[in-house]
Amino acid sequence: MARGALKPLHESDFEYWSTHHLLNRAGFGGTPGQVRALTNMGLENAVDYIVDYQGVSMAAVEADRFDEDIMRPRSDAERNEIAMARQAGNEAVVERLRLQRQAAQRADRQQMREIQIWWLARMIETPRPLEEKLTLFWHGHFATSYRKIEDSYHMFRQNQMFRAGATGSFKALAHDIIRDPAMLKYLDNNRNVRRSPNENLARELMELFTLGEGNAYTEQDIKEGARALTGYTYDDNNFVFAERAHDSGPKRILGKIGNYNGEDFVNIILTKRACSEFLCLKLYRFFVNDMPGEPTGAARKFIIELAKLFRDTNYSIKAVLKTMFTSAHFYEQENVASMIKSPIQLIIEAIRSLRTPTRNLAALVGAGDLMGQNIFYPPSVKGWPGGRTWINTSTLFVRQNLLVYLLTGRRPDAYPWEKDGSNYDAMHLIEHLRDETGAIDVEQAVVYLLRFTLGREPHRTRVDELKNFVKTHGNEINNTLLVALLSLITAMPEYQLC
Amino acid sequence: MHEPNENAYTRRLFLQQGLTLASMVTTVPWFVQNSAHAMMLPLGSQTASQAGVPEDRILVVVQLGGGNDGLNTVVPFGDSRYYNARPTLGIAAPGRAGNNLSALALDETSGIGLHPSMSGFKELYDDGVASIVQGVGYPNPNRSHFTSMDIWHTANTDAAGTGWLGRYYDAQCNGSPANDHAVAIGRTAPLALIGDQTKPVSFESADLFRWIGADLHDDLDDPYQRLNRTAPPKDVDDDGQMAFLMRTALDAQVSSDQIREAVSKRPLVPYPGGNLSQQLQTVGAMIRAELPTRVYYVTLGGFDTHAGQANQHAQLLRQLGDSLNSFYKDLKAQGNTDRVLTMVFSEFGRRVSQNASGGTDHGTAAPMYFIGDMVKPGLLGQHPSLTDLDQGDLKFTVDFRSIYTGVLTDWMNSPAQKILGGQFRKAQIIGATT
Repeated sequence: MARGALKPLHESDFEYWSTHHLLNRAGFGGTPGQVRALTNMGLENAVDYIVDYQGVSMAAVEADRFDEDIMRPRSDAERNEIAMARQAGNEAVVERLRLQRQAAQRADRQQMREIQIWWLARMIETPRPLEEKLTLFWHGHFATSYRKIEDSYHMFRQNQMFRAGATGSFKALAHDIIRDPAMLKYLDNNRNVRRSPNENLARELMELFTLGEGNAYTEQDIKEGARALTGYTYDDNNFVFAERAHDSGPKRILGKIGNYNGEDFVNIILTKRACSEFLCLKLYRFFVNDMPGEPTGAARKFIIELAKLFRDTNYSIKAVLKTMFTSAHFYEQENVASMIKSPIQLIIEAIRSLRTPTRNLAALVGAGDLMGQNIFYPPSVKGWPGGRTWINTSTLFVRQNLLVYLLTGRRPDAYPWEKDGSNYDAMHLIEHLRDETGAIDVEQAVVYLLRFTLGREPHRTRVDELKNFVKTHGNEINNTLLVALLSLITAMPEYQLC
Repeated sequence: MHEPNENAYTRRLFLQQGLTLASMVTTVPWFVQNSAHAMMLPLGSQTASQAGVPEDRILVVVQLGGGNDGLNTVVPFGDSRYYNARPTLGIAAPGRAGNNLSALALDETSGIGLHPSMSGFKELYDDGVASIVQGVGYPNPNRSHFTSMDIWHTANTDAAGTGWLGRYYDAQCNGSPANDHAVAIGRTAPLALIGDQTKPVSFESADLFRWIGADLHDDLDDPYQRLNRTAPPKDVDDDGQMAFLMRTALDAQVSSDQIREAVSKRPLVPYPGGNLSQQLQTVGAMIRAELPTRVYYVTLGGFDTHAGQANQHAQLLRQLGDSLNSFYKDLKAQGNTDRVLTMVFSEFGRRVSQNASGGTDHGTAAPMYFIGDMVKPGLLGQHPSLTDLDQGDLKFTVDFRSIYTGVLTDWMNSPAQKILGGQFRKAQIIGATT
């Protein structure tokens, strides 16, 4: 049992709103019924249920869900044909092959859109929310963008890799990533060869994926690490170790000397304490609190002890998450409703917790893009910086308007209203507040709704504003009024927090 | 009844005090806005902006998407090889064909002219307030729209990383939340404007830059305004997320009022029809309303003319030239032509030889265009050779990052080398007087 900074929350302090917080952070929120059910399980069982999600049955992704050959590289025969046509000045053949290529690229971009929609739907529907939340975390951590990859199947494959390894050992993930075709292309390791090394992957591997910028390594380590990674490339959909391109000579990496290859390079990095601390800091910023600046005081202590646990468990992600989600620190008031929701969190949480219709998934993917998070297209290898960078005056309007869209079907982009209109039944959110006569107390309903959507005790001015609205509109809560209240609540600046 | 709240701004108050208060709010640094009262400075106490001081300078980027055919825009009519390569698409030398078919001569000796549809731009060129930089490109040209556009946006031939103008903003704000954002007219923000710290404000039309919940029912607007026009109360930590969000929400309302009010005014000059024209009119209105924005971004697509190019291209260039002309005249009527630099680019030009479908395929180097009283006017740089080709494509004579260096250094007064991540020979885009 964890002690010190990691000490668990007292079982008796685990109540409805603790679960509400847990579900928001370890997943994408839940309905009042889901929050209640999980609360009844008690802290430890609830956390186990969320983290040991392999126990929750779910249909596996069909192997042929997407076309793996959509961007098949040209065969030798085809390459030959085009070379000969060029030489012979046979414009018709060159043109035909060019058009073929263009058609394949169009089809691939279409498949990429389908994969985006597939993932978004999965986040909305999954009974294992943490699995998708972690997949999103690893996607942002090992950021790779389709913009450069231009092969949707590689993106899909990488996404599946993150999902499969989401709660396993970070060691395994770090080894997987240097054999992942999408990453090898994204960071130019397919061009990293003995005679002209390319340092891109070696640099980001240490700077962004494991140790953190400037932590425990030098420019020389990058150069030597790049040599260890020479020849790590791919052919079509598969990793290939190109032995002839590999530099098998001795290298000196992080103080150790040997004829290292990529696997050795990763293993040496993983011996560094900085690696565990950097990863725990990132997990902390994703799940607990991402306030600007270096963490201090209790947060710092928490991260350092978490990092020790990470090392002691051979980089078990699951162990770190369980300790994090059961810790008293995780439930401290300062950590509740303290983070700005990512655009994806905003979309999925609204649908999962308020149970709004999903409307049009392609429109939701587009909304994510408008708000700065286009899945499979992170802006750079650093991923999404998150926190306050999500918010500016235009993204705030998009966020508010997106909620209006989910609640009412009113498209935020001047498209006509959806025919099905506001086929949204919100009453389930407050059914449990009915007294024995079947009536719902306005004050009680308003306070509950605010706390449920905003995640913390509402400011008195907010309660008064909504109560007044109800009072001037019949003083009885029905579905129409409830949707109006939700449009107002979701337009409150603090609705952006979770 | 709702009790009056000293922190709540009613809509009426904003309408009464109108733009003066609004524009003050966005120029007062955010940390001063920590109470309702700090914002209630006497009207007119704001420091007047002075034309010509660097903080006042504006860059408007016009992106031509699809790859504009440079050779049929800036026409090398003096070179017979141009007509050999373009037997049907070639634009006739000045006076050689009908009025709408002959190139507009730029000067007597160069043998270079403009597409006849570019008359609006030609007028600015003749007035000495526009320039053409010839043969702009980069090494190892990429012929994919996507990648080449990213190369231009990131100023990185690997097409990776953040946008060059986003990094310009990052360099300004030093990690603290920026008060000013670039504004892009369009559905999504262009990569060029996205930095590590900075994201641009983008909207398709000013009418969408607002809360649409108000359309659901009239009664929702007042409570919405109260919820979003409230400065953080005293018991809210001023550095916390809540205060940050409340400030941004207030800022959003004010900007929305301001922008929608600005664009509702009739422009000082008539603009032609068309999408680009509308975007430039919006930008013109925002500049006229003294918004603090320093970078605006507009786009015109459709330049990917693989087939039946002649008509399509002529229409696009007509829209381009005429919109730029109106935009300049609008700025002139506002007295702003000395502080607004307009820069026009495309991700690549097109192949020298026309194809079999009466169109042109993806190429490489192409001209860029600049407008403003500060530009070094005329035909700049060297037209790429029509004989010394690289697999049928022009070789660039000016690296686009040299152009960016000129713009960042001489116009935006910012550290070009840091922003571009490398040193490039500065192209003289801005005239010697500034």
